[in-house]
Amino acid sequence: MKIRKSRRLLRPQHKEFLSGNEAIARGSYDAAVRFAAGYPGTPSTEILENIAKRYTDIYAEWSPNEKVALEAASGASMAGARALAAMKHVGLNVASDPLMTLSYTGVNGGLVIITADDPGIHSSQNEQDNRHYAKFAKIPLLEPSDSQEAYDFTILAFEISERFDTPVILRTTTRTSHSKSLVQLKQIKNREIKKTALPNNAEKFVMIPKYARERHWFVEKRLERIRVYSENFLYNRSDYQGNKKGKIGIITSGVAYQYVKEVCGDIPVLKLSLTYPLPTKLIRDFVNRFKKTYVVEELDPFIEEEIKGYGINVTGKERFPSVGELTPDIVHEGLFGKKSKRKKANINLPAREPVMCAGCPYLGIFYILKRLGLYIAGDIGCYTLAAMPPYNAIDSTLCMGAGICQAFGMEKVLNEKDRKKVVAVIGDSTFLHSGMTGLLNIVYNKGIATVIILDNSTTAMTGRQDHPASGYTLKGEETKEINIAGICRALGVDRVRFIDPFKLDELERTISEEVNYDGPSVIISKSPCILLKHVAEIKKAVPPLRVDPSLCNGCLICLKLGCPAIQREFIDNKGVLIINPILCNGCALCVDLCKIGAIKP
Amino acid sequence: MKKDFNKTINLLFAGVGGQGVLLASDILSEIAHAAGLDVKKSDIHGMSQRGGSVVSQVRIGEKVYSPIIREGEVDFLIAFEILEALRCLNILSEKCRIIVNNQKIYPISIYNGKENKHPKDDFELIKKRYKDAELMDGFAIAEKAGDNRAVNLVLLGRLSNYLPFEQTLWEGVIKRCVPPSSVEKNLHAFKLGRRVGL
Repeated sequence: MKIRKSRRLLRPQHKEFLSGNEAIARGSYDAAVRFAAGYPGTPSTEILENIAKRYTDIYAEWSPNEKVALEAASGASMAGARALAAMKHVGLNVASDPLMTLSYTGVNGGLVIITADDPGIHSSQNEQDNRHYAKFAKIPLLEPSDSQEAYDFTILAFEISERFDTPVILRTTTRTSHSKSLVQLKQIKNREIKKTALPNNAEKFVMIPKYARERHWFVEKRLERIRVYSENFLYNRSDYQGNKKGKIGIITSGVAYQYVKEVCGDIPVLKLSLTYPLPTKLIRDFVNRFKKTYVVEELDPFIEEEIKGYGINVTGKERFPSVGELTPDIVHEGLFGKKSKRKKANINLPAREPVMCAGCPYLGIFYILKRLGLYIAGDIGCYTLAAMPPYNAIDSTLCMGAGICQAFGMEKVLNEKDRKKVVAVIGDSTFLHSGMTGLLNIVYNKGIATVIILDNSTTAMTGRQDHPASGYTLKGEETKEINIAGICRALGVDRVRFIDPFKLDELERTISEEVNYDGPSVIISKSPCILLKHVAEIKKAVPPLRVDPSLCNGCLICLKLGCPAIQREFIDNKGVLIINPILCNGCALCVDLCKIGAIKP
Repeated sequence: MKKDFNKTINLLFAGVGGQGVLLASDILSEIAHAAGLDVKKSDIHGMSQRGGSVVSQVRIGEKVYSPIIREGEVDFLIAFEILEALRCLNILSEKCRIIVNNQKIYPISIYNGKENKHPKDDFELIKKRYKDAELMDGFAIAEKAGDNRAVNLVLLGRLSNYLPFEQTLWEGVIKRCVPPSSVEKNLHAFKLGRRVGL
């Protein structure tokens, strides 16, 4: 591993094949970033993972949530260091409180916020367009269209941040974060690490009304200065060479630029990269050269509405959808109308939906919750998969930490019978991210909702990242392992019980008792994620289970577990149950469930 | 070598999480890069760890803009699983060359009997539309090479016959991209795949 790293660092003239996230990590290193923080979230996760793995002299951490990450990064910036906070789009909602006032304070060392948006909702709860945050906070916004720009813009973002005394938002999308393309690295001889010191500037950093009013003037003037900069910004550029008035021109940004270049041949393009504040003169000059100008952008008409606000006439969302990802085909259709229809093969194929893993400690819990007929306020994590068949067991999913509060809100207004049906389920990482205040509210305001914390010792859904209760930092260093039960008790919950998620009888008994208890209670299911390396190694040694065909009566109760290792095959049109020996790791939940004893070691 | 790329070549890799789809498309991309060409690759793998589909697109040419392939413009489909091959049929070019690994991994929707069944005569459905479709037993060949997880290298070996890159280039890049402990078996799998049907 080390040889690979040093070779990378020693050969900067060589082009590298990098994902957008890898390019941002490398750009941070070349920009001499000292401090990087974030919370895992698709598609942003690999930025911090790469920084921690490859560029070890940058301090990098998983923070408990995005608000903490941005606030900590702003502290590093105040002290003079270059700092970065990386998160997914909805993470910036959590960090929006510090963001709005960081715009006022500005920075000392450069401060860059990476927001990785998810058009198409590959792995999120919505597809909000975070470019609005730049306008909302009145700070500059950069939109890379490939890995080269992700790298270049990361370095530029720090320069802009320091030059204009402002936080900068670098906005990627799933496509730019996860696509790979070639990156020409800069030849940086000496990475100049900025000196740090205690900042002594109350008017800048103490946002009491007296100072904040002054800083708001500063923010407005700064925005105008950046607008002038935007007019001459190297990456806001038109490729129109002619003098005559053309027929159509296209204004575009982000990955949509690549689609436009792919399908439009030699139609002139104004490619915008610093998309807030916009270069109005550059845009006006471009639009004036054409009879018709289209704006091609993914998600909201962010650029389009800005341009129209200046009284410039362009066409955008009436031709291109605001929903989902763009593709070269959608861009083509918007510009030129429908392509000739190809004959499509019409084969009815079974879907391949994501499922929980064989031996996952959540399987038995959702089986029991469903059997007890409970109403389940869910949260964000692997357990969201229990919304799918065979469980159909999740009744709400909103945002990180919301399940606990929604359960509380419901039980406050429901009748006596229904209020005892409500439980909240939340993972360990999500609980530490933003579940604690909800639990505090249940105690303080005399709720009775039962909260089940599914503690699998990791942030599983995003690929098993560490968190404050896992005992390790992002860099793999040992650290204090926070005690979740201790937190619950400290928040005022007197009834905190542990359950073994592989014992169905115990699960059923404990959950029934707690939902019927007239007060706040927490059930902690502590069992590590089956995909964690040390767990997988132990489980691999356990021999797989098998179904005895002479005993199995085909009642199919085992399928209700939703374990992907339990499979039904059709032999001579007769359904036969088998256990896939490659997937099964012998957790034996199904043995417990099969009352006639047909499943055996 | 460059003269062969006046038109961008579009390759689609499709399979199921855990089959090594992304490593295969990474290796191919690095080879294009080593050959001095432009290359872009786009993966959709959000849920692959949980048994979902994995699709990886690679575009190779003198200058590549879009990281994703337009409908009907896939020149090569390398499918690691038959159902995933069928899922891609509608976006292939009419002359698409198809390499299908003869493996069936049933999705859970089939097991719990909620969904329609796996189509019968699945490969025939492909062959009927695309004459340049070939089925190979990647698993058996990989096993022969000493590592049944090297199906991806077997398929790359077969693909290498249709692409204008030297064998030494392939081997050099493979050595760099796979874990040091499994270089030999992976190279062996690649060579066996390359020789199939020749």
